[in-house]
Amino acid sequence: MTPIAVTTGTSFRVPAAIAPGAAINRDETVEVTIDGHTMTAYRGDTVTSALLANGHRRVGDSIYLGRPRGVLACGVEEPNSLLTVTRAKAETISETMLIGPTVEVTNNMVAEHVQGIGKLAETADPEYYDYTYEHPDVLVVGAGPAGLAAALQASRAGARVVILDERATFGGNLVGTPDAVIDGKPVETWIAETVAELQANDDVTLLNRTTVFGGYENNYFMATQRRTDHLDDQVPFGVSRERTLHLRAKQVVLATGSHERPIVFKNNDRPGIMLASGIAGYLNRYGVLAGSSIALLTTNDSVYLLAQQLAELGHLVAVIDVRADLSEAALQAVAAGIDVIAGSVVCDTTASDQGALAGITVAEYLADGELGATRHFEVDTLGVSGGWSPVIHLHSQRQGKVVWDHEVQGFVIGQPRADFHYAGSVTGSLSLGEALANGANAGAAAADATGHFSFATEPVAAAGHRGPVAALRMVPSPDGEDQDAYANHFVDLHRDQTVQDVLRATGAGMSSVEHIKRYTSISTGNDQGKTGAVNAIGVMSEILDGHTMDDIGTTTFRAPYSPISYVGLAGRQRGELFDALRKTAMDRAHEALDAVFEMAGEWRRASYYPRAGETKAQAIRRETIAARNGVGMIDSSTLGKIEVRGKDSAEFLNRIYTNGFLKLKVGRGRYGVMTGVDGKVFDDGVTLRLAEDRFFMHTTSGGAQRVLNWLENWHQTEWSHLDATFTSVSEQFATVAVSGPKARRVVEQLASDVDFAPEAFEFMEFRETTLDNGIPARISRISFTGELSYEIAVPTQYGRALWDAVAQAGAAYDITPYGLEAQRILRAEKGFVIVGQDTDGTNSPQDVGMDWVVSKIKQDFLGKRSYQLDDFLRDDREELVAIMATDKNSMVRDGAALVSAEDLDAPRPVSTSGHVTGYYDSAALDRTFGLALVRGGSKRIGEKLYAPAYDPPVEFEITPLISFDPEGTRRDGER
Amino acid sequence: MMLIDCPHCGLRDETEFEYGSQAHVPYPQDPQALTNDEWAQWLYFRDNPMGLRAERWVHLTGCRKWFNAVRDTVSYEFKATYPVGTPRPNIPPHHGGIR
Repeated sequence: MTPIAVTTGTSFRVPAAIAPGAAINRDETVEVTIDGHTMTAYRGDTVTSALLANGHRRVGDSIYLGRPRGVLACGVEEPNSLLTVTRAKAETISETMLIGPTVEVTNNMVAEHVQGIGKLAETADPEYYDYTYEHPDVLVVGAGPAGLAAALQASRAGARVVILDERATFGGNLVGTPDAVIDGKPVETWIAETVAELQANDDVTLLNRTTVFGGYENNYFMATQRRTDHLDDQVPFGVSRERTLHLRAKQVVLATGSHERPIVFKNNDRPGIMLASGIAGYLNRYGVLAGSSIALLTTNDSVYLLAQQLAELGHLVAVIDVRADLSEAALQAVAAGIDVIAGSVVCDTTASDQGALAGITVAEYLADGELGATRHFEVDTLGVSGGWSPVIHLHSQRQGKVVWDHEVQGFVIGQPRADFHYAGSVTGSLSLGEALANGANAGAAAADATGHFSFATEPVAAAGHRGPVAALRMVPSPDGEDQDAYANHFVDLHRDQTVQDVLRATGAGMSSVEHIKRYTSISTGNDQGKTGAVNAIGVMSEILDGHTMDDIGTTTFRAPYSPISYVGLAGRQRGELFDALRKTAMDRAHEALDAVFEMAGEWRRASYYPRAGETKAQAIRRETIAARNGVGMIDSSTLGKIEVRGKDSAEFLNRIYTNGFLKLKVGRGRYGVMTGVDGKVFDDGVTLRLAEDRFFMHTTSGGAQRVLNWLENWHQTEWSHLDATFTSVSEQFATVAVSGPKARRVVEQLASDVDFAPEAFEFMEFRETTLDNGIPARISRISFTGELSYEIAVPTQYGRALWDAVAQAGAAYDITPYGLEAQRILRAEKGFVIVGQDTDGTNSPQDVGMDWVVSKIKQDFLGKRSYQLDDFLRDDREELVAIMATDKNSMVRDGAALVSAEDLDAPRPVSTSGHVTGYYDSAALDRTFGLALVRGGSKRIGEKLYAPAYDPPVEFEITPLISFDPEGTRRDGER
Repeated sequence: MMLIDCPHCGLRDETEFEYGSQAHVPYPQDPQALTNDEWAQWLYFRDNPMGLRAERWVHLTGCRKWFNAVRDTVSYEFKATYPVGTPRPNIPPHHGGIR
């Protein structure tokens, strides 16, 4: 891209004596490289002020049409200048889609314009971010004159105040305005004194470079503070790059100001066509002249102060005023010798060879809205004011009413929101005197509402007089009335959308602003329609007969007000701190064994323990063989555990579980399934009866919270008369399961007090004891592998000692630690269900082979009544079965769809017969096998199914759910 | 983010709470006495009014107590919160509220 220089080599910086530039420090220069040009700027300059000061005005081509574009605005509403910025810091990252007028220059930074679309950095962001919470009495959004007056009043009344402003400087658009006076002082003095007083008050937080981007229920606001981007490589240690503020304010004062709007006319997008407030901003804040021959086009009085300044500098060509009758301000300008062309518009522009503005065609704007006689002016810059749009975003985000105001010619606050106050030009007023007065009154009212009464002291300034505002948003095309005549009437500069595009949308039958927004993409760009939205509505009202601004209305404003970084929202919660990581007490033992881990919810669990030279498959196979033929050990500490106490505990559990718990004997455990009231399985586990009135419930690892909530829900809302209390003890116990034919030989060595003989210690019994090494323990005969198994639970602090003791006792039997992968295979061979893997929230216990766990005797339990519903009586419900591939080495992925033989070759689409819930390589079966949910599966044993996702499709046979040791002969171990 | 007035803990952030469907829909005295249609009505059907609605909420990461609330489904505004087992307070409906 070739930046267009207005006059190469010429500085557009105005001498300090004429325009000091309130935002810059002329004593400190900064070297920057923008779009490949290295240039000198001042501290406080932005990328766009640096560009304009050095005679560059092109800021990248437009997103779709590739038209040259220039700087439009001096603030966050800028739609054209979008940058990828890399700062000269040791630890940094390039950031993209930054808005040119908001990017402060730092030494040796590199900024490149993008063509409407950002380029993400490919490396991780090395900087850090944090967030904080604030609970002010009064939040003031915006530190222009109105906001400062509000904060001053509220803080003097004794309220705790937070006042935030997105810009680097305080004072809003007042900054650098010549000749303005407040309380008899120059504005710069008043701003400085006010800021100093607020900063000195411990109960006031005053922050610049901080954007309030979202407003939520009950006055919850979020803001982003950019803390270090304006610094060279000298960021103090420990200072985050950005800080997200979460604010809960009792009262809010919106002093958010307003944005000037452009006017839509033919070729209104050339570099050099700016908002008049942009030209004023660069001049007053940065001491930069936007061009050398400047015309202004306006619908209102707000440009006449700028016209005066430009005329004094000798760069004003003319003011084109849409209004036929000259206002008081216009008449004063005429009296001062300014050429005011009344009742006229700009209807077209011409460009230089490089595409920059070279001239404007001024036409008479006749009473009937037609164009009259035309004149041509050679200018390099045109400042446009199509009126002002109050920044009502935070009000609208909270569903505050918004109405069109004919006098203001803008959408204004329709009805104040509760606990909101409004001050300054957000109200539609452009008068400094009014801004200060209603700022002070808003501050007093807001503070009073929080118990801090005061009489408002209004700072005094000239009231200013606003003349009428012309209702013009679009100038007719000089080329006729058909769509093509409007191909270069730009409505949304970032999205490159024109009046022609709006005509296309209305031509397709659309009349709602929400539809047209989505059809055209107007207002969906980086700037979210800050300058284009009202004009789009204006264009619609011109096109659609009988539709006024009022009844078209605006689209809904949504957060964020201006772009924010995701990484800033994340704060410290990245990488390791993104989520809690739960490790069991034996985690380091797994690490020492070189375990490969997997996540089970927040828990980190050993997946398998590869030995040197082993593949994953070999390791898992070895582990399953050990548990089947010798002995294995697994860390099962992550299982959820809930203690249930109270004399009605048994009755309570009897209502919760599908099977009976009243007759469970002390010292024994029972497997239970929990279903919702709809009869669908949601958790399972073994519950031990520790005493008549005390139970110890196991849940799935991921389901512990959900189950506790479920129990408390029923207890508190339906059965509060039952005496039962629930305590989560998941993290209080660490558990090792010892499983395999030789398990008894291992545990015998650990607890000599316990008689482990099969007749003395039966399946589903438990013993409370003290291990020989002194650790108190509960040993349960619970098996998830089908082999003889003992689960040893100890207080968590002894978890590692338990693991080591078991490993030592088992060494003689070559005890083998096994992980989740091996456990999945071992349990699948036995047809044991994993809730959440083999079930999906639609299955009854009967569907997954557990008819036996559903009581036929109990009068009621949660879910029972649902089993009589028609849906549960269908004979084509999905049922859990085992499947065996015809080729015993075939492997398929979990979730693979299954179809019947006839559907395999039928024209698609066909309905599936079900899906694979897990498919494994089994050493015990000497083949691959899996579990699957199959329609009517239990009645289709022997039938063939196919996984058509594979080429050729994989063929399976449906087999009974239990594939290994269906008689259960292995449960008591070696004889 | 809303503030919700837990009857036991006072105003707390919305993220501490969980919603639990319509309030005052008790578990049937004897589910077996209901027809399939009646059971399905109780199981699956809940009111979805535009305006005031009584709901069950639980202060999950606070006191863990269930309570009831009357909330405006248009404005999201909580009009009242009250303990389980107490009757729904009589609050005049008003549509199009603000939050």
